[in-house]
Amino acid sequence: MGRKILFITTDQQRYDALGCNGGRVARTPVLDALAASGINYRRALPQSVVCMPSRSTMITGQHVATHGVWMNGVPLPEEAPSVAATLRDAGYATALIGKAHFEPFLDPFLRFTENQLGTTGDFSKIVDGHVHRGFDHMESASHGGMGNFHYARWLMQNHPEAIGMYYRVLDMSLQVNAAGGGDTGGPQVHDNAIPREWYHTDWVAERTMAWLDSLPADADWFCWMSFPDPHHPWDPPASEKHRVNWRDLDLPEGYPADRARREALLDDKPRHWRMWYEGEFVSNFEAPASWVPKTLPDDQVREINALTHIENELIDEAIGRVLGRISERGWDDLDVVYTTDHGELQGDFGLLFKGPYHTDSLMRLPLIWRPAPSSGVKAADVSTPVGLVSLASTFCHIAGLPEPEYVESSRLPTSDTEARGLGHERVLTEWDSVLFGKIVRLRTITRDNWVATACLPGTVHDGTEGELYDLSTDPLQHKNLWSDPSHRATRDDLLADMWDSLPPASKPSVDWQATRRQCDAPV
Amino acid sequence: MGTVRRHAFIERSADVVWELVGDPARLHEWFPITSTRVEGKKRWINLPSGLSFEEDIVTLDHDLRRFQYSIVNNPIVKSHLGTVDVIPDGPDRCIVIYSTDLDPEVMALMIAGAAGAGLARLQEIFGSGEPGKGEGR
Repeated sequence: MGRKILFITTDQQRYDALGCNGGRVARTPVLDALAASGINYRRALPQSVVCMPSRSTMITGQHVATHGVWMNGVPLPEEAPSVAATLRDAGYATALIGKAHFEPFLDPFLRFTENQLGTTGDFSKIVDGHVHRGFDHMESASHGGMGNFHYARWLMQNHPEAIGMYYRVLDMSLQVNAAGGGDTGGPQVHDNAIPREWYHTDWVAERTMAWLDSLPADADWFCWMSFPDPHHPWDPPASEKHRVNWRDLDLPEGYPADRARREALLDDKPRHWRMWYEGEFVSNFEAPASWVPKTLPDDQVREINALTHIENELIDEAIGRVLGRISERGWDDLDVVYTTDHGELQGDFGLLFKGPYHTDSLMRLPLIWRPAPSSGVKAADVSTPVGLVSLASTFCHIAGLPEPEYVESSRLPTSDTEARGLGHERVLTEWDSVLFGKIVRLRTITRDNWVATACLPGTVHDGTEGELYDLSTDPLQHKNLWSDPSHRATRDDLLADMWDSLPPASKPSVDWQATRRQCDAPV
Repeated sequence: MGTVRRHAFIERSADVVWELVGDPARLHEWFPITSTRVEGKKRWINLPSGLSFEEDIVTLDHDLRRFQYSIVNNPIVKSHLGTVDVIPDGPDRCIVIYSTDLDPEVMALMIAGAAGAGLARLQEIFGSGEPGKGEGR
C-alpha cells in the first residue's frame, strides 16, 4: 500500500492568513496543528499569481512558459501531463473536489471538459483514450451559485432559492462586478443569507467526505480538496459575521493609513502600480475594471479583511471535519499538503484583488506538508524558497514513485539542509497579460532573501524598469532598490541567474507573440 | 469595444473553402454550435450550453468571399460585427480570417475562442494547414 494523500488548496489566500504564520485574527487551530507536526514552508511562492496558470503548475509540475497557461482564459491542453494521472496509473484512486480551473469558466460554447462535467453532473470523462486530467472523480465548485459546476447544479436541484443569495460575481458586461455592499460599500462585499451548510466551503468538505466514504479501507488515494475561498467575492454566510467585527480590526501592516505615504510607496515602484491605483491602466481581468483603487477607504479595507478572516476560519473548520472523518476510517497514516494558488493584496499599498504585482501580498503563500507519521519525517520550518512547481514531484515521492520526466523541479525538501541537496535555491514567477493590446510581462526571481522583478517591454514598460527588494530588511517591500547603484551587482547577479534558470520557452530569444497559446475567455 | 482576430491557413483553394464557409446555414458543420437556422437575412444559432443567438446577416459577398453578421436582440450584446474572410494564397491554398468587434469586450474573447476551434475544425475538414494564430486589440 502507498501513503494516502490529502492535498488541500484554497484560492487567493495570503501567507499571514494562518495563525501558524503570524496571523492574529482568524483562528486556524487545525492548520496550526498540521504545521506544528509537519513542515511549514516560510517562503513558498507560486509560478504565477493568477488561478489558472498557478493551478496548471500544481498539476503539471511545470513552469508557466512550459505548460503554456500564461493567463486565466488560456486552457491547459487536454494532453498536458497530470500528476493525478501518474498516481492513477500507479493504482491510486484520484479525485478533485472543489475548484479546478484548468480550463476557462466562461464557456457558452461548452467546449471544455470541466464545464461539460459540471453541466451533465458526470464525474469523469474519457478524452482521447485518457481519463480527463487523471481524476476518477471531479466534482466542481466556484465562488457562487451559478455556472457550469457541480455545486451550482446541486444548489439548483436542492436549494434554488439560495442561488440569488450569493453576490453576482460578474456584471451585465460580464466584467468582474465592482458593485459594493456590506456595511462599508466595499467592492465584491455582500451580505449572504445562505445557511452555512449550503455554502460552498462546507459543500466541498461534505463532498470530499462522501467520496472518501465510497473507497474501500485498503485503497490508496489522492484527493485534491480545493476550496474556492477566501477568493472574492467576500460574502461568507451572514450567520458567521459575528466571528470578526471589522470595526475592531487594526489596518493591515501593509496598508499605511496615510494616503501620501501609500502613494509614495507606489511611486517607488514601476509605473503600472500607480497607473492602476489611479484608474488609468487596467491590464487584466483580475479586478473590477471600473473600480479605482485610490477610492478605497480605510473602513472598506477593515471590512474586507474581516470577511476574509471569517472565510479562513470556515475553511479551517471544514478541514477539521474531513480529517476527523479520515481518522474514523483508520487512515491516520496520511500525508496532508496544504497550500493556495496565490495571494491577495487585501489592502496592501492601498490595493485589493491581484494583478502584475510581485510582492509578498500575492507571492508569499501558506504551504504545509504534514508527512504521514510512518515516514519518520521530523517537524521543521523550511526557510529556503520553494515553489508550487515542486508539488507534483512531491506527490510522486510520497507515493514511492520515481520523479516524472515532465516535472521541472525536485520535490519539496523536509529541511533546509535537504533543500540544498535537492537543488532548491531560487524560485521563478512569471506574469504575462494581454488585454486588447495592453501588454504587461514580468519575470521574477526569489533567492537569498532577495526578490528581483524585471518588467519586460510592453505597453507601459520599456524594459528598463523593475523591482528589487531585500526581504531580510524590508519585509513589506517598501524600498525598491532596483535603481540603487550600491545594489547594482546584486540585481545583475539575480537577473542573470533568473534568465539562466527560466525554462526555454521563457527565454528572451523566443518570439512570445508568435508562439503563445490563445486566450479563449477572460477567466 | 473588444476587437479580436483569428486566422488559419488551409491547404485548399479559396473557392472550395468558401463553398462551406460562405454558406451561413452550414455554420454548425465547422463552428462549435449545435444547430443553425437561416431565414432570409436572419440566422439563429444554438449553442451546446443551451443559449441561442439571433443574428442579422450583414454581408454575404461571394465575389469578395466575405461574410459578416451581427448578434441582435441580445440582453448582453450592445454592438457586434463578426467578419469571416476567405482569401486566396495561391491556387491551392487560402487563409481564413475570423474577426470580431464586440461590446461588451469580454464576449469578444469567448467568440474568438470558439472561432479558433472552428478554424481548427476547418483545417481538419480540408486537411492540415499551418496552425491558426489569433490577434486582438
